[in-house]
Amino acid sequence: MNSIAQSLPIAWSLVTAADPQLVAVVLLSLRVSAMACVFGALLGVAAGAALAVLRFPGQRGVVALLNTLLALPSVVVGLTVYLLLSRSGPLGEFGLLFTPTAMVVAQSLLVMPLIAALTRRLLVSALEQGGEQLQSLGAGPLLRAGLLLAHERLGLVTVLLTAFGRAVSEVGAVMIVGGNIEGVTRVMTTTIALETSKGDLPLALALGLVLLGVVGALHALLALLQARRGQPVEALA
Amino acid sequence: MSAAGPCPEPIAQPLARGGEGGRVNGAGSPTATPDPMALAGVCASMGPPVLSLHAAGVTLGATTALTEVTLTLHRGERLVLVGSNGAGKTTLLRLLHGVVRPQAAAQRQVHRSQPARGGVLGAMVFQRPFFLRLSVRRNLRLALWLHGVPRAGREAQARLALQRVGLEVLAERPAHTLSAGQQQRLALARAWALRPEVLFLDEPTASLDPAAKREVEALIDGIAREGVTLVMSTHNLGQAKRLASRVAHLEGGRLLALEPVDRFFGAAVLPAPTRLFLKGELPWTA
Repeated sequence: MNSIAQSLPIAWSLVTAADPQLVAVVLLSLRVSAMACVFGALLGVAAGAALAVLRFPGQRGVVALLNTLLALPSVVVGLTVYLLLSRSGPLGEFGLLFTPTAMVVAQSLLVMPLIAALTRRLLVSALEQGGEQLQSLGAGPLLRAGLLLAHERLGLVTVLLTAFGRAVSEVGAVMIVGGNIEGVTRVMTTTIALETSKGDLPLALALGLVLLGVVGALHALLALLQARRGQPVEALA
Repeated sequence: MSAAGPCPEPIAQPLARGGEGGRVNGAGSPTATPDPMALAGVCASMGPPVLSLHAAGVTLGATTALTEVTLTLHRGERLVLVGSNGAGKTTLLRLLHGVVRPQAAAQRQVHRSQPARGGVLGAMVFQRPFFLRLSVRRNLRLALWLHGVPRAGREAQARLALQRVGLEVLAERPAHTLSAGQQQRLALARAWALRPEVLFLDEPTASLDPAAKREVEALIDGIAREGVTLVMSTHNLGQAKRLASRVAHLEGGRLLALEPVDRFFGAAVLPAPTRLFLKGELPWTA
């Protein structure tokens, strides 16, 4: 059995040598999570903005549900998407299960409520500051939300980076709907899980280092953005 | 319906609660004039009505912020609202401006036969002005865009508004980096650029240093001289004396007194709480 002392140098050499297998896994991870964030943001930002400005019956319930979904377990999302996309499922005919597309779908569903809930919070506090002023200038509710999103653009980027961090580091959803097929749907987290159980610690450790690096870089960027906003670092996600 | 007469409707409010106060005061004050005559005199000098409230109330959540306020705003007048914190001054400004709704829609009435100035009915300068994270110039252009000014005219109008308040040199600075006094002037410029018929100001000189206070006050006075109707709240009774043509005293969400400025600070028969308010406030602010 390899110990950490033996594996770590090999892992490090895999990273520095840009091992092709490692690079492919890392790139797929980043691509899937980035696309999930794009799709999640399209729906999530719109939903969050609408919940912040519109008043409708049952709104409190929807907000409470959304806040619950902040802690949505990724395996539950994976299972749901699996049932939808499996051969006998309602969307089975598209044959998407065990493809990167399925992984994007699952991660989009995972980050969408996160983006919606955080966007809503961002807008609610921005509306307290400037909502009435914009109303006074003649802006309707949705226009107010749009203007305040532009006003809080750094906060919005923070929300998206938070969502990306959540997507890139989750295992459950991509494992279930992607199937961890070598060269096709294998991403950083699922490879780490597999290689660890197989005993190939160097590759698992190398991927762990890269994942740590990605998440670390994200948080450095978040801290930088929040310093620029002149506000204390918020505990997001 | 013709609203062209100089005094289309009597002002009922000053007497609504003035009864008891008037009696108490009348005993010791021989100069007290009967109200109807005085009011007729006031009315003759006022323009046509712009906005009126009829026993209007405002409920914010579980609290009642305003109760049965009756008030007619006339074109060209300068109404100053005084009263302690939480008296309802800001709520009354917001109600008149239309950003909060009265309990029943009929309680607020807009008399707008001919928009005399070709702009919006009302613009408001909030106590803490809010600007988007954009340059001074872009904030003004945004307001003009929201107001429906065509693209071609926005730049010129924004520049004009900045000149009006002496901020042209700061046009490219991010608006939120301006000092409090500069922000207040920018807020005035933004409101002025919309050519409002009525300008609402919520304690526009609170938290400004004396120099900035004088500047802002001079700007407000200048804007009023252009024919803009003013409604302004203040804690500074000296300012009320300098700027007002009429003064309203609010307490606990009720309009207790509404008098022309010389009568309010002079010989008027004021309700007891208003007299106490004036006694308590004057030594510090005169």
